Amino acid sequence: MDQSNENSSVSGSELFPSSDVLSRLAVSESGFVFDPASGHNFTVNETGLVLLRLLLKEPRLDQILETLRDEFDADPRDIERDVIEFVSALRENVGA
Amino acid sequence: MSIIDATVAITGMNAKPDNPGPGLAVARCLREAPDFKGRIIGLGYDALDPGLYLDDYCDASYLLPYPSAGDDALLDQLQMIQQHEQIDILLPCLDAELPGMVRLLPALKEMGFKTFLPTSEQLRLRNKDRLPELAEMAGINCPEIKAITQAGFFYKCQEEGWSYPLVVKGLFYGAYIVHSADEAADAFRKIAAEWGFPVLVQTMVKGEEYNLTAVGDGEGNLLGPVMMKKMAVTDKGKAWSGISIDDQPLLDASAALAKAIKWRGPLEVEVMRDQQGHYQLIEINPRFPAWIYLSVGVGRNLPLTLLQLATGRKPTAFSKTKAGVLFIRYAVENIVPIAEFESVVMQGGRNMSTVSGTDNKE
Repeated sequence: MDQSNENSSVSGSELFPSSDVLSRLAVSESGFVFDPASGHNFTVNETGLVLLRLLLKEPRLDQILETLRDEFDADPRDIERDVIEFVSALRENVGA
Repeated sequence: MSIIDATVAITGMNAKPDNPGPGLAVARCLREAPDFKGRIIGLGYDALDPGLYLDDYCDASYLLPYPSAGDDALLDQLQMIQQHEQIDILLPCLDAELPGMVRLLPALKEMGFKTFLPTSEQLRLRNKDRLPELAEMAGINCPEIKAITQAGFFYKCQEEGWSYPLVVKGLFYGAYIVHSADEAADAFRKIAAEWGFPVLVQTMVKGEEYNLTAVGDGEGNLLGPVMMKKMAVTDKGKAWSGISIDDQPLLDASAALAKAIKWRGPLEVEVMRDQQGHYQLIEINPRFPAWIYLSVGVGRNLPLTLLQLATGRKPTAFSKTKAGVLFIRYAVENIVPIAEFESVVMQGGRNMSTVSGTDNKE
């Protein structure tokens, strides 16, 4: 049984920063991210940039994981763990 | 576009790197405003105030007597300066001089100075010891604050529910974070010696500092708000670098404050934001901050707005709030010939205009 599939039934809405917060972020091609409300800035790597763009487009954890599984050749459990870690760091950076 | 061709006197030329007064930054804003073509007269209290010697910003400079010298000494000096320079508008930029300037408004008006200042009551309301009252009027939170006159308070304050660390503050300037009664008593003595009584004690608020500057029109409106998050500070906690932001809750809270007391003139609102994103009001300063040049950076020249209001003009429309504009302050050595310094020390100013109608009479 695929453990990650079982966990990914979570929609993600409770893990992700709110769509208001995500939509206000200024995300540049270089991976530099600026939050105009809090004044915080942080950087993300290439994979983080892909994930951030997915979050902006589709804030559902199961669908994001599916897209990432298709795009990256990695263990699905690692992908899910990395996504949750990333989202947690993102919440800290945007204070949401 | 209505060009302002006037002579403007600006105080607070003490642009020291670790804790600069706002005057020089205000002068810089005006100098770079296409709508301003007038002269700028820099006013300072110390012959070593850097702004007094910067010709790019000040056409002439003068010393003022310290507030402790009394109202008459200030009026005499302003009268002398007025005879030389025919000043149209006076922009005080320091907290400590505001109560005196407001008290002397009728005399200043008679001398020909236009101003755009808060009333005495508005000034009292934003006093640090009355912040909780004002915060309640505006519906925002505020840390507990108490005015004290004896250092003994710090040795028994825990019985009254206070706990360290605390912030010990002067009524106008100065703030120390203290972690024990001995440290607090030491800070109390330093502040009392420099700024007098009462000394204020405030509960420590943990979080990030955010500031807003704007001009109150005196009718309850906040004009041209510019918001900033400090990115780096000096040893004295002053902004060394900051970034403009666009935060609706901070704007709403500040607008509520301005509306509650119908603030008139420039102001700076200082708040702390805790980890939950809630604001606590820390201070309201009745003048522009030293980082006011950021207002030019975001396309809202607030000193020009103030000048427009002081001269009865309609303020220029403001551009949309621009977040993500940084300032990074730096220190520069200005080379000053000894004759210039001598002029300030001995004559009380430099580049002084000849008094009209009194020269070449003999």
